[in-house]
Amino acid sequence: MNISFLISAAFLPLLSFFLSKKRQFAVTLFTQLVVAFYTVVMAVGALGFYSTELFSNGSGSVAIDPLSFLFIAAINLVCVLTTVYSKGYLAPYMEKKNRSELAIHGAALVWLQVSMILVVTLREGFAFLAVWEAMTLASFVLVMFEAEKHETFKVGISYLIQMHVGFFLILAGFVVAYVKTGIFGFDGLSSYFATNNGIPVFLLFFLGFGLKAGFVPLHTWLPNAHPAAPSHVSGAMSGIMIKMGIYGLLRVLFAMHSQYLEVGMILLAVSLLTGVWGVVSAIVQKDLKKVLAYSSIENIGIIGIGLGLGFIGLHIQYPQLSLLAFAGAVLHIVNHSLFKPMLFMGAGSVYTATHTRNMNDLGGLIKKMPHTSLLFIIGAMAICALPPFNGFISELLIYVGMFDSLVGQSLRETILLITSSMILALIGGLAVFAFSKAVGIAFLGAPRKPIDHVKEVSKWMLVPQYVLLAGILAIGLFPSIAVKLILPVVAQFPQVNTSTELLQPILNTTSSITWISLAFVGFIAVIFFFRKKMQQDVAIAVGPTWGCGYSAVNATQQYTSTSYADSLISISKPLVKVTKDFEPLEKTDFFPHATSFKTGSNDVFEEMVTVHPTNRLLKIIRKAAILQTGHVQHYVLYALLFIVAILVLTYFKLI
Amino acid sequence: MTGYLLIILAAFFFPGIIARTKSIASGRKGPRIIQPVRDIVKLLRKGSVYSTTTSSIFRIAPTVGLACVLTAMLVIPFAGGNALISFNGDFVFFAYLLALGRFLMIIAALDTGSSFEGMGANRETLYALLVEPALFVMMGVMAMMTGCTSFTEIFKAFNTVGDYSLLLGALFACLVILIAMVENSRLPVDDPKTHLELTMVHEVMILDNSGFDLGLIHLTSSLKFGVFSMLMANMLIPPSWKIGYQFLYFGVIAVGFAVVVGLLESFRARNKMGKNPQYLLTLIAIGLLGLIVALILMQKIA
Repeated sequence: MNISFLISAAFLPLLSFFLSKKRQFAVTLFTQLVVAFYTVVMAVGALGFYSTELFSNGSGSVAIDPLSFLFIAAINLVCVLTTVYSKGYLAPYMEKKNRSELAIHGAALVWLQVSMILVVTLREGFAFLAVWEAMTLASFVLVMFEAEKHETFKVGISYLIQMHVGFFLILAGFVVAYVKTGIFGFDGLSSYFATNNGIPVFLLFFLGFGLKAGFVPLHTWLPNAHPAAPSHVSGAMSGIMIKMGIYGLLRVLFAMHSQYLEVGMILLAVSLLTGVWGVVSAIVQKDLKKVLAYSSIENIGIIGIGLGLGFIGLHIQYPQLSLLAFAGAVLHIVNHSLFKPMLFMGAGSVYTATHTRNMNDLGGLIKKMPHTSLLFIIGAMAICALPPFNGFISELLIYVGMFDSLVGQSLRETILLITSSMILALIGGLAVFAFSKAVGIAFLGAPRKPIDHVKEVSKWMLVPQYVLLAGILAIGLFPSIAVKLILPVVAQFPQVNTSTELLQPILNTTSSITWISLAFVGFIAVIFFFRKKMQQDVAIAVGPTWGCGYSAVNATQQYTSTSYADSLISISKPLVKVTKDFEPLEKTDFFPHATSFKTGSNDVFEEMVTVHPTNRLLKIIRKAAILQTGHVQHYVLYALLFIVAILVLTYFKLI
Repeated sequence: MTGYLLIILAAFFFPGIIARTKSIASGRKGPRIIQPVRDIVKLLRKGSVYSTTTSSIFRIAPTVGLACVLTAMLVIPFAGGNALISFNGDFVFFAYLLALGRFLMIIAALDTGSSFEGMGANRETLYALLVEPALFVMMGVMAMMTGCTSFTEIFKAFNTVGDYSLLLGALFACLVILIAMVENSRLPVDDPKTHLELTMVHEVMILDNSGFDLGLIHLTSSLKFGVFSMLMANMLIPPSWKIGYQFLYFGVIAVGFAVVVGLLESFRARNKMGKNPQYLLTLIAIGLLGLIVALILMQKIA
């Protein structure tokens, strides 16, 4: 793969600065398609290793292995589709934004794609860190699209700072390995882990990459950045960019030789927390995009559960568990990059059509926006891991791995596996809660605010979602093919056995799923046939919803996002903080009068991890600021004192 | 195949036996056993009224819900025999397929825009998510004892694991009854005979369904009872028995289950709604008790 070609392609969208607003989209999409075509063709052609020059002062090695290939395919798919979607999504911004702003946005979309492709192909430390930084900056520019909004600006800056903390941790990890091995980059990790205690370095990388991926409690940027960014950007960021954190983590994990139990336990414990906490927080949200953002955190947790269990499987030398758990994790990466962009696009379409993301103001959209609503509902079912969609397949692999390996384990592993399976089941149930709420409140029922002006969105916005839907159904109905395709990636994990005798039971399972899913579709068809036949001759009437004897029903009496979540909040108080701000009616208020009700939710971890430490730091810095008086005389005095101090210290031979 | 047909057969009589038990317990004569089936047939032939608020989701949900149960039944064997389709992890498929049906019924209830139905939907989601871990612990324990991960293989091996497997079987049979009561929205979490919409769960979700769709919903609910009695029978019936005795034993179990449900509903009051989550956590606790028993039986903890 020729890096200079990719880089020059990334500069092509700079042309947009000189083009009219209407033509810019064509340039962006054209460049992305060229990059996608080029990288996929090169990756298919060269599933091997070879190097090329990147920097004048050293060589960066480009290597495409199955993992890179998987990510290149996913990156190109998501990036191109989200850009196509942006044609429709950005249409209302065409008048508000000037030419350069739109050109920068288009260029950043291409830069994000190119930098992510480079992230998954470069192994050498400096080159990797450089493109990692480029990726962060590109996504920062994209998040800041509406920087004139104060909230977006704040969120963008916070994102940038947190990503640089992560950058520093990754750098530290590389440096520690470099000091011992003399190789700066992923290639050096293997020899480092072979001879040293790997846990501290693993933790450094886990924290660094975990910040990108959104493991709890490092996720705090994620639920803020996604709603602030335009929807196609949230789709690309949530669909694939946070997976770059997982990618980096996988590279580190591939290099591990021992200490599987510790690594597995750390991953599993953090991921279980991430999964449960992510989905519980998703339930509490009333902002449609925040629900999706928190659900991304949950899905990162599920991927992590797979990875952690896989490493525990390596420790207890149970190859079946490792194979199934790793396969589940890798497949879930793919699955999540299919349904999450689709859901974000759906949420973006809702925003375009209604100008709000607050579910308490929505409802009944399915009548005005049938395509968007049905796509969102299917995406929701896929993300809840319901059959016959793709999310189910990856979770099933993890489940089977857990249950398969239960026999003959010691007490500790038994309890570990049973607990994980219970929590995964709980996550599944909570996901159903979160998404039945999102679907039911936002898309179904009666509209809570007038929706006469709402129209179905343009084809530009629908077609990408249908493409993703095809992927979701393909994996859901024909999982055998998907499992076979990801197998080379799974084989890259250390000591994983992908021999036929281990693989055959999995393929038997997946092909049975194909058959039983077809049977399911057949049952639906048969019942529908009968339904149609029986309803032909009888009277079908329409009328208002049965109000249980109460005739003054109106749409505001429906369940809202807040009231739907209330039952769960009451039993999970320590995990979520919900604020309600209203004045209850007095006993003497016989007649209703205007009153207000405000509700919101706070992220407990956000306060603990970012807000409190930052505030404390600010306090200390403010105290230090006493010295900064603004008078030149004082500064001259400081300089004098400094010189005197040096003189005195030198005189007494202290320095 | 036998299993599939037996589930349908059990479902045929189940609601009738419950109704009969309840009427006898309250000193009435009660309707004939097959009256609920005749009600369903009648409903299937009737016309429907659809709310103007509802969309296509409301119309397809009962159909898909029934298809979910009919498909889920495919993986359930009978007394050590083979299920129609069996694969590793099929009980996960079973659980998630029932969840799919539930998901659609929940969003269909929200589709009506009724505050009552929203309330029912909300309660149903909450209770279902608290029950799911109990089912998975139970299946996990059985997978641990047998080393298998499909219903067919687990039930083939379960009764031969050790002398005490019957003990565990009985414990889990109780757990299955409790799970079935929640899945089918029966006492003590929900009361199907209550008149007040505010205190309903499942009944209030289907307030707006009528005619063919309501018939399908009742059918689904009866089939679910059949499915759970079959699960219970599988835990208790030794595969080594002659087929005739197995049928007989299944009959006893299914009828006994229905009578127990009827008696429970006659003499027990519904929980306070606020107490239901705690009650459901006891189901998980029973599952964990099963885990401890299994660990002791397998001599992992002394």
